[in-house]
Amino acid sequence: MLVKQISVFLENKSGRLAEVTKTLGGKGIDIRALYIADTTEYGILRMIVDQPDQALQALTDSGFTVSSTNVIAIAIEDHPGTLDQALETLSEGSISVDYLYAFVGRASTDAIVIIRVENPQLALDKLEQTGIRVLSSKEVYGT
Amino acid sequence: MIWNPAEKLKRQEMQELQLERLKQTVNRVWEHVPFYRRKMEELGVRPEHIKTLKDVALLPITVKDDLRDNYPYGLFAAPQRSIVRFHASSGTTGKPIVVGYTRNDMEMWTDCCARVASAAGIGQDDICQIAFGYGMFTGGFGMHYGIERVGATVVPASSGNSERQLMFMQDFGTTGLIATPSYVLHLTEVMAQNGIKPSDLSLRVGLFGGEGHTPQMRELIEERLGIADTQNYGLTELCGPGVSYECLENAGMHINEDHFLPEIIDPVTGEALPEGEQGELVFTTLSKEGIPMIRYRTKDISQLNYEPCACGRTNVRMSLVRGRSDDMMVIRGVNVFPSQIEAVLMTVQGIGPHYQIIVTTEHFMDRLEIQVEITDGERLESYAGLEGLIREIRQKLRVVLQIDAKVTLLNPQTLERTAGKSKRVIDKREKCF
Repeated sequence: MLVKQISVFLENKSGRLAEVTKTLGGKGIDIRALYIADTTEYGILRMIVDQPDQALQALTDSGFTVSSTNVIAIAIEDHPGTLDQALETLSEGSISVDYLYAFVGRASTDAIVIIRVENPQLALDKLEQTGIRVLSSKEVYGT
Repeated sequence: MIWNPAEKLKRQEMQELQLERLKQTVNRVWEHVPFYRRKMEELGVRPEHIKTLKDVALLPITVKDDLRDNYPYGLFAAPQRSIVRFHASSGTTGKPIVVGYTRNDMEMWTDCCARVASAAGIGQDDICQIAFGYGMFTGGFGMHYGIERVGATVVPASSGNSERQLMFMQDFGTTGLIATPSYVLHLTEVMAQNGIKPSDLSLRVGLFGGEGHTPQMRELIEERLGIADTQNYGLTELCGPGVSYECLENAGMHINEDHFLPEIIDPVTGEALPEGEQGELVFTTLSKEGIPMIRYRTKDISQLNYEPCACGRTNVRMSLVRGRSDDMMVIRGVNVFPSQIEAVLMTVQGIGPHYQIIVTTEHFMDRLEIQVEITDGERLESYAGLEGLIREIRQKLRVVLQIDAKVTLLNPQTLERTAGKSKRVIDKREKCF
């Protein structure tokens, strides 16, 4: 199944990220993972939070430009070669990865890898066929 | 050298010539331009009411938006078969304004630009490099014809590519440079970077136009290049360059008043101001056939001086332009209105209605930055989406403005909102006027 990711536009100005975390903190929303890529001009913050719908609403209300996307979360054992297996599977299916990032979950010592692809459903099927453990939103959000 | 005897007519002779031509022009537009006829009828003015030069004040005022509203041919007083050339310039919004020249208009324009060149001391022994854009812009072609007319050698280098400009200047022995003053200052920086000294050039005089020119810029050009420097003035609506020009005395710009009748009005009330007062320049063309202009408001602030000049010319002089009575900016010699930028931004999906225009100077080149607020979250899915948005805005701005702008995306609700007149433009340049 797919997991909701929140993307936030951040102009390159000090204090912008703090405004995001403050907004979410104020609503009791927990950030499970985050990833920022930036250019010299602006950045895009991507997050997995425990209450994505509420986060989307709170950030929109605070005047941020926000979007919500479906991404895939997989669990991989924390030893060499495991990520490669997942990426090989996608590569064989001619599925290109837009971006990915990883974090360590609460429940186990496995790493959780968030993958964004053009066609998530197709990628999901491929991964499951290969026996890679795809996580449910519940597992990822950690509630 | 004084190119044309019209530059040294006695005041009374000039006035007689002007009145005769004014009557012809008024008759011409009354007969051939329904727009002017309607406006004259609204004011109850007929051609026969023009009995003295002062009667020009009876005629209706024309503004830039009239050219836009009648785009493209509505203000033409000659049929297409008599028009031999079009030129265009920026309007106040998306559409440009277009002007047409008959063969006589081209001859008049050439002669006026020959006067500009001659007053700057240009003659047969000179090699003149024109670093103004050629194309729809009037600057390149106008000066080209004028300089050719006085017998100098023209190097039609057009704008940009500073290294190449400098190569031509060194290799050809360019003596006269035609450019915007800020471009010349930019060239001096490129010279320094490439180890080119003023003594490596044969440059003797600059003919500068397309934008204003401060005493500080003049000093800096003098200091860095050690050349004589003259400013000239013109606008597309009247013909392009060739409306007025400095002689080497640098004592105000001589107006070709046998072709362009100047007035100074109060920019707020529109009332004609007494001789010598500072106000907005208004011109009526006296000999143009293609697209005559009746009392055209330039929005440029200046003042007139009817004293004969030490150079021997008697035509009236206007002071260097001291400002604008509207919000037009001159960026890299191009006229830019905030309303043009706004019209472009309105056509772009995914951004909010607020914007900020920031103009700065970097190495003497104007730099335009447009800040907009991104409102469309869908664009966040990939950098390509955001970069595509920036590219789209830049591309659309380039189509309308002909210049490249930096586009900065901001979070929503970050640009200042003020009721009514918001401060859309921040001009951080040293004032040109």
